[in-house]
Amino acid sequence: MRQQYTFYGVLLYVASTIFVLYLAMEHPEDKVWNGLFWMIQLFICVNAVAKSFLAESRGRMLYFYTIAGARDFVLSKLLFNAVLMIVMSLVSMLLFFLLLGNPIHNPWTFTGIVCLGGCSISLVFTFLAAIAARAQQNAALMAIMGFPLIIPQLMLLMKISSVAFADVIQAGLGQLVALLAGMDVLVILLAVILFPFLWKD
Amino acid sequence: MRHYWWKILSIVLLLYTFIAGFLIKVPTIGNLYETIRNLFFHVPMWFGQLILISVSLIYSILYLRKPQQRYDILATEFARTGSVMGVLGLLTGMIWANYTWGAPWNNDPKQLGAAIALLIYLAYFVLRNSMTDLDKRGRVAAVYNIFAYFIYIPMIMVLPRMVESLHPGGQGVEGNPGFGGSSLDPTMRMVFWPAVLGWTLLGVWISTLNVRLRTLEEQKHFS
Repeated sequence: MRQQYTFYGVLLYVASTIFVLYLAMEHPEDKVWNGLFWMIQLFICVNAVAKSFLAESRGRMLYFYTIAGARDFVLSKLLFNAVLMIVMSLVSMLLFFLLLGNPIHNPWTFTGIVCLGGCSISLVFTFLAAIAARAQQNAALMAIMGFPLIIPQLMLLMKISSVAFADVIQAGLGQLVALLAGMDVLVILLAVILFPFLWKD
Repeated sequence: MRHYWWKILSIVLLLYTFIAGFLIKVPTIGNLYETIRNLFFHVPMWFGQLILISVSLIYSILYLRKPQQRYDILATEFARTGSVMGVLGLLTGMIWANYTWGAPWNNDPKQLGAAIALLIYLAYFVLRNSMTDLDKRGRVAAVYNIFAYFIYIPMIMVLPRMVESLHPGGQGVEGNPGFGGSSLDPTMRMVFWPAVLGWTLLGVWISTLNVRLRTLEEQKHFS
């Protein structure tokens, strides 16, 4: 029941943010569109994913601790947040198309990029939320830690997604996507290795 | 003598760097002119920073394997000195950029990378200070340190090669973004590598002094 409340809360957050953006910008240029889109994804992610650890009460964590191992727990958190973030990214993409205009030439490529992007951002922030949750549940800490660390992924994403705006497919796209996927795998590996140390109390 | 020979070596190498660095004949390349001498001060800062944060990483891993207060202090102090060298690298770079590129800040990818590194390690200290329990602080900070290092290193290895840069080694420019040294003039190489070693040893020296200070403070705290 509480999960549902969070879900609709985030959904409303997405809708209202993009609506405000529409009131402020109406139809921005391609480059601005792309930049705004990923910045909005970043803020949605901080809000949606931060909840996943910060909102858990102490008693509930203890309950999870007794029924599941650290690795299973962090993997399920990563998976849940990745799916949540992909859904949110797709919703915000549709809203962007609806309100801010559609400058995309390759909508299917862009949809794929959005799924991958939402997934990579959520993976990094899930682990950072786990760290922030240990540090006295400080939500501001998440932004401080997260924004510098997310820059590589964001820069890669903006570079990749600029492909969807052009008519011609640029060379080296596969390499960039592979790089991003490689970073995702790296983050998952680090989370699985390091989370047991955060878990102990 | 057996224990502090490297401190003497550091002093000698740095003296050599300052004397030779300002006196040797340097090649004239492009619009660099005499500012090329900054190579002996700016670039070793990055070598020093990378080596010091790598040492910090090793102590963080050791701390997670075997939680001892000593490892935690070592990891923190090496990260601290690494950050100081990062700030110095950024400042020397900005002075250099002011003379060769016309402005201290050019949004060059490597300047951005350096700024990101500073933000990452400042966040590390903020994270540490937000916790009071020693054991928990050590563990959480070590986890963040390891995580951040493994995100940061791929970033500085990949991103500079991908985009246009004013530094050597950007897209469409010859050379290694990490500065290989193979493209370096032989006379400059004779000063450059001793300078790298000298500055790094100085960084290690400062770190060990800080570690001793912190250890004494901890002991006073507990006795």
